[in-house]
Amino acid sequence: MGAMTAVTLHINGERFSRELDNRTTLLDLLREHAHLSGAKKGCDHGQCGACTVLLDGRRVNACLLLAVSMDGTDVTTIEGLSDGNALHPLQQAFLDHDAFQCGFCTPGQICSAVAAIAEARAGWPSVVTAQDEPEGPVELTAPEVRERMSGNLCRCGAYVNIVSAVREVAR
Amino acid sequence: MGATRIPGNITQGSTAKGGIGESTLRPDGTLKVTGEFAYSSDMWHEDMLWGFTLRSPHAHAEIKSIDTSEALAQAGVYAVLTYDDLPTDVKNYGLEIQDTPVLAHGRVRHHGEPVALVAADHPETARRAAAKIKVEYVQLPVVHDEQTALAEDAPLLHPGRDDHHAGHVPHPNVVHRQPIHRGDVAAARARADVIVSGEYVVGMQDQAFLGPESGLAVPAEDGGVDLYIATQWLHSDLRQIAPVLGLPPEKVRMTLSGVGGAFGGREDLSMQIHACLLALRTGKPVKIVYNRFESFFGHVHRHPAKLWYEHGATKDGKLTHMRCRIVLDGGAYASASPAVVGNASSLSVGPYVIDDVEIEAVALYTNNPPCGAMRGFGAVQACFAYEAQMDKLAAELGMDPVEFRRLNAMSQGTLLPTGQVVDSPAPVAELLRRIKAMPLPPERQWETAGESADVRALPGGLSNTTHGEGVVRGVGYAVGIKNVGFSEGFDDYSTARVRLEVVGGEPVAVVHTAMAEVGQGGVTVHAQIARTELGVTQVTIHPADTQVGSAGSTSASRQTYVTGGAVKNTCEAVREKVLELGRARFGSYHPAWATAELLLESGKVVTDGGEVLADLVEVLEGEAIDLELEWRHRPTEAFDLHTGQGNGHVQYSFAAHRAVVEVDTELGLVKVVELACAQDVGRALNPLSVVGQIQGGTTQGLGLAVMEEIVVSKEAKVRNPSFTDYLIPTILDTPTIPVDVLELADEHAPYGLRGIGEAPTLSSTPAVVSAIRAATGLALNRVPVRPEHLTGT
Repeated sequence: MGAMTAVTLHINGERFSRELDNRTTLLDLLREHAHLSGAKKGCDHGQCGACTVLLDGRRVNACLLLAVSMDGTDVTTIEGLSDGNALHPLQQAFLDHDAFQCGFCTPGQICSAVAAIAEARAGWPSVVTAQDEPEGPVELTAPEVRERMSGNLCRCGAYVNIVSAVREVAR
Repeated sequence: MGATRIPGNITQGSTAKGGIGESTLRPDGTLKVTGEFAYSSDMWHEDMLWGFTLRSPHAHAEIKSIDTSEALAQAGVYAVLTYDDLPTDVKNYGLEIQDTPVLAHGRVRHHGEPVALVAADHPETARRAAAKIKVEYVQLPVVHDEQTALAEDAPLLHPGRDDHHAGHVPHPNVVHRQPIHRGDVAAARARADVIVSGEYVVGMQDQAFLGPESGLAVPAEDGGVDLYIATQWLHSDLRQIAPVLGLPPEKVRMTLSGVGGAFGGREDLSMQIHACLLALRTGKPVKIVYNRFESFFGHVHRHPAKLWYEHGATKDGKLTHMRCRIVLDGGAYASASPAVVGNASSLSVGPYVIDDVEIEAVALYTNNPPCGAMRGFGAVQACFAYEAQMDKLAAELGMDPVEFRRLNAMSQGTLLPTGQVVDSPAPVAELLRRIKAMPLPPERQWETAGESADVRALPGGLSNTTHGEGVVRGVGYAVGIKNVGFSEGFDDYSTARVRLEVVGGEPVAVVHTAMAEVGQGGVTVHAQIARTELGVTQVTIHPADTQVGSAGSTSASRQTYVTGGAVKNTCEAVREKVLELGRARFGSYHPAWATAELLLESGKVVTDGGEVLADLVEVLEGEAIDLELEWRHRPTEAFDLHTGQGNGHVQYSFAAHRAVVEVDTELGLVKVVELACAQDVGRALNPLSVVGQIQGGTTQGLGLAVMEEIVVSKEAKVRNPSFTDYLIPTILDTPTIPVDVLELADEHAPYGLRGIGEAPTLSSTPAVVSAIRAATGLALNRVPVRPEHLTGT
């Protein structure tokens, strides 16, 4: 048994408190301790993006963060995006555009897209738009969506539909 | 702690509307976008243990001894199993040839072969315990290519073979060999004005599904086991699992859990037997989840291939003959190698008319990683080579490469090298015409209104390696042919159970099959078929399991054809029962019950003239109609082992691609700007899903063209088992993919449909490489094309 540390955070608005082995990742906290299996473990190395969740509103790879460093944070997972039975606009757009096939990457894609749209609205530049030093919201053109979503792999190759789903909600 | 999580209701009743031909949304889609869909790696059981697999660090070695005592002594470890713990005399498994050991017995034949199993209370405990198992290996010489495999003194991978191919192969390290001879090649060759030949190489591609191999085995009170698993074919797994466990099949109850992609890589077993063995030994539920590193060792890959081709043509551009020899590296175990040989040989001619051919395809046993099914198998490798040859011939003749292909394109009625007549539409020339007629994407898309360049449109992308200097555009074309369904005499059938009853005052159809939904949208199509055939709105998709008959494999582009056909067939039988009931109850009230063609529409029995005879609810009253029926496509035959003749295939699928690339010729970097596809789908049962399949297959073909390869060393070791080193296309690598769908019905198939999933994976790769050749003038005889192939460094 390794060293243990108590951690308290809010997951999808609910308080979650647990004493955890220091080596536990945020992803394992979510999947194995909070039993929220929406965030997926595709590689556990920050390479695929399937574990993307929102940490204090910003997108992160949950597999690359240690749970004990999450004390006092707010984490939103795919399970926390919908409002009761009403889907989040991005969830609906992914459905309508058939922006997935097997769906394994989808929770990560959608969480990533939520943050990508927020980042663009807040005027965060991409590598390319940074050259022009934009002021105010950045328009999510197809190349902008591609650049900003490039941390999330989709092996089924639903990328074309992911671009259109994200752009629809960004408008 | 935590609720037990198993796939009780993976796909629930859908309120989605829509019969066949409509772009109905997926019934499992809401679960997938909300994170509730339970994938195999999400299975959970209270008190479950975690399994881990110890794998061989060597490609070929004798096992002198295994000492598990230290591992067993670890706190939290419940079981350590080796070959000696296998409970019955059945210790091997395999799709066609049972040559794969459940756990290594005295010898390992490839890097990563399973040697021992551990069950522990935490995955890390299991992993650490496995590291304490002491295995004494003595390394053996490695067979890693054709030369070392077929040498006179080559170590035999499987001495004493007694499988059904053993008697006809030229060497025991050849899994299967298929020659095909037709016509008189010498005479035809003499008529040729130009002859071109070449040797082509296809690297080892990986399915790289994002959902790793995983599942949960739960021991049952009756001594059996319940297995929740991601697979492509439940009943094929069952056939291989039960004998090893020493259980009758009915005591191994399998339920499909969510499948995070497959692409062929789940056609073979991975952790299925291992989890069951550990569960039965410990009496506790056991979950196994491979990590990404292990996943690269946990499934078979696409066969790497060497292909030698010779074609001739007359001055006016007519193909005279073709000779080819295709060598596929099957790795240590047979897996799907025999079928890959069958496809590669019988489709080696491509979608062209060539009457005089000499063809040979072989698959080897080597110490390389085992290779088997991946989307388009056999046909993908051949397509890269014959399409390169078509470009070479066109160049030699000074003809336009598309016009040259159109001049030689097969069509309905063409005789294949196997002697089989293509008896459904084969619009190869038309697909090529359409793909060429599509507007080209704008040039120099990196140029912006400002001073800076949009590097995302350039080779090198965000690495910012060029702003257009040294960048050359190229355009390339390719077309391919893929067989649909299981070929060569295989009894390829599917089973569908359909129950029609009234629930809450409304007629509801429950469709129950064992079809593995892996993302292809089979459950969507089943619901659409039930709505069309039974005139209901509400359709519930029962979870796929082994409580119903086999649905065959989710592979070979076959599920919509065969299991879709089975659902249609059972629905038609259910409809007949409904009409019988109706005639018995209401037949005396209206003569049309006896005389008219009757249909079920919008919950009513109607005449073909549209007259309503009765409500379905009234006809059924309290009764449920519940039927389970098998359905088969037309039978096929084996290819003759000497001549290759035989009606081996049931249907073909054709796609054509045009690739537009920008190449940074100084750095050898490639940007695929657009990959347009035209494909004949027979009939689009769900147009939205059809386009998604075509775009997905196209993207995987792009991966093989310029990115994806499992690098295997001369010592037969895998060098790049991670997503850092094995690159698959990202959203930035994926271009726009305009799709032109042609619908020419195949009269032999349900609704005239054509299996579609694989064809777009074939021609995508050679189209991209053809475009790179056009940009650079280089020969490029291997995929994936790497920067050093373009720069010559």
